[in-house]
Amino acid sequence: MTQPPHPGPHGSLAAPDVRGDVIDHGEHLSIRGDWVLGHYARLKADTDRFLADRQGQRKAGDLSELGRVDTAGAALIAELLGPDALAQLADQAPDLAEEKRALLHAVAATLANRSEPQRSTTNPIVAILMAAGQRTEQLFELLRLLLGFIGQTLAALAYNLPRPSRWRVTSFVAAVQDTGLNALPIVALLTFLVGAVVAFLGATVLEDFGATIYTVNLVAFSFLREFGVLLAAILLAGRTASSFTAHIGAMKVNEELDAIRTLGLNPIDLLVLPRVLAMMVSLPILTFVGMISGMVGGAAVCALALDISPSQFIAILERDIALKHLLVGLGKAPIFAFLIAVIGCLEGFKVSGSAQSVGEHTTSSVVQSIFMVILLDSIAALLFMEMGW
Amino acid sequence: MVTVRSDETLVEVRALTNRFGTHLVHDELDLDIRRGEILGVVGGSGTGKSVLLRSIVGLHEPTDGEIRVFGKGLRALPPFERSRLEQRFGVLFQGGALFTSLNLQENVAVPLIEHAGLKRPLAEHLAQMKLALAGLPPEAALKYPAELSGGMVKRAALARALALDPEILFLDEPTAGLDPIGAAAFDRLLKTLRDALGLTVFMVTHDLDTLYATCDRVAVLSQKKVLVADRLEAVETTDDAWIQDYFHGPRGRAAARATTARSQEQ
Repeated sequence: MTQPPHPGPHGSLAAPDVRGDVIDHGEHLSIRGDWVLGHYARLKADTDRFLADRQGQRKAGDLSELGRVDTAGAALIAELLGPDALAQLADQAPDLAEEKRALLHAVAATLANRSEPQRSTTNPIVAILMAAGQRTEQLFELLRLLLGFIGQTLAALAYNLPRPSRWRVTSFVAAVQDTGLNALPIVALLTFLVGAVVAFLGATVLEDFGATIYTVNLVAFSFLREFGVLLAAILLAGRTASSFTAHIGAMKVNEELDAIRTLGLNPIDLLVLPRVLAMMVSLPILTFVGMISGMVGGAAVCALALDISPSQFIAILERDIALKHLLVGLGKAPIFAFLIAVIGCLEGFKVSGSAQSVGEHTTSSVVQSIFMVILLDSIAALLFMEMGW
Repeated sequence: MVTVRSDETLVEVRALTNRFGTHLVHDELDLDIRRGEILGVVGGSGTGKSVLLRSIVGLHEPTDGEIRVFGKGLRALPPFERSRLEQRFGVLFQGGALFTSLNLQENVAVPLIEHAGLKRPLAEHLAQMKLALAGLPPEAALKYPAELSGGMVKRAALARALALDPEILFLDEPTAGLDPIGAAAFDRLLKTLRDALGLTVFMVTHDLDTLYATCDRVAVLSQKKVLVADRLEAVETTDDAWIQDYFHGPRGRAAARATTARSQEQ
């Protein structure tokens, strides 16, 4: 991509743009024209070629025909002649404007005895092995941290629960509003749609057996036992775990967590407990709303497409579906809520100084919490099946 | 000392009014910045020094009034021309505002790659020189902002502000958070750069030493206006309670004495 040359330090009053160049006069180099950022790429190539030609041997320079010059150009001249020689030349050159003299001096002084920063390099195979090892180690570290954090949270909970004067009611209520009430519409809408989809699927498959009436059982069973809690939990993992991480992470970047600690307060009491408790209240409520809304979606499809009236739908529910299914579904909600909130907060605490790190940990908290929810749900499904619940 | 000071005005602020809700910060404020000068802006906390800076560089839309930079109204320009104009100023923010996901040489290389059209290796090579010019050691170039002290972040931010050799440099509290030695070095650096590059500097500062050591003119923000903008000697004698407190309080007297002592030595 080519761009117009940059205006440079005195762009507005600029004389016509004369590209700088170097002429070799045998015993000295004549440096002419404008040595400015706009010509940097080409001048750098010229300089490198000159230096390569004489294998590092430097020559005296002549600056009498030098046009405009900025820091970039001055740095190149210093590379060409050597910083010490440039400093000397800047002193001795007779007809050099004062400000150019000062600039050349400043740059020469900067570049004198300066070395390139050393980059450490590793063998790519070693790097891959190293990355694999680090990832594995990180996995265990992640688990250890999570368990440790769960322990800390439970300990803080056990300490604070019997002491009502330490309850942070306001932040708890605010968190319930944010995680629960504000998420109600989206949870209700989503589960309604999934309920309708499940009913359609059931109707299509069961029609072959002339058993479309069992669509009611399918919808009720799946929503009470699994879908209600799973959908609500996944939504909250995406919506709330990420917001916990970003919020606490930004506070960490801003040193607010350190401020909390130095004020003699405990960030877990202040930030984690209200959020965890709020989630444990919100998610069961949202789960219940999700179950009802999913069954309403199923009932709507039954009424519109299968000629099963809502009153018939409710009658079948009463006859076939035991209360234990509702309890199985609702019982999982507080556990999921606890895990989602704890993972969201923990990832926030793990954020380090940069904005990029906030992004990485937010992603990680959503992925981890959804993973944990689904993992636990499958373990629970196995357990409940074995127990015959 | 060499200066390329002239009476040419680079920035004209006319009848600037800024209001946040019901809170009036600036009321018909006027200010000129002249080519080649170092203009210090002082004022109590909350007098809108930073808001003035942000208004001039176009980050804040004023409630009313006109700001002309290089003779043009920044906000009326089409985006491309505005970008061209913005390349002619460098801004050093109070907290440095380095990009945290890039190391120092990449931070400084960003404007060089984007605006000067340099290839990355060239830009980073040049960026190392700029970092050195701002007084950073070579090994700092590969570090990330989170690994550095506040003073080093300030220097790196200055290097980025100077990357395109701007004509005007806007500094927001450049010496805040630096140790006195670092702050004095910064003052010297600023003067060297001004003389060498013909910079014009607009500096918001609370640092009286910096004010005495570097500024050609000082503008005092008070009562929602620029109360006075003149040479330091003239500002000191202005008959205003706040100015008298500011320049003739214990710290002001100390800084003034230090400057007099320095100039007698020379």
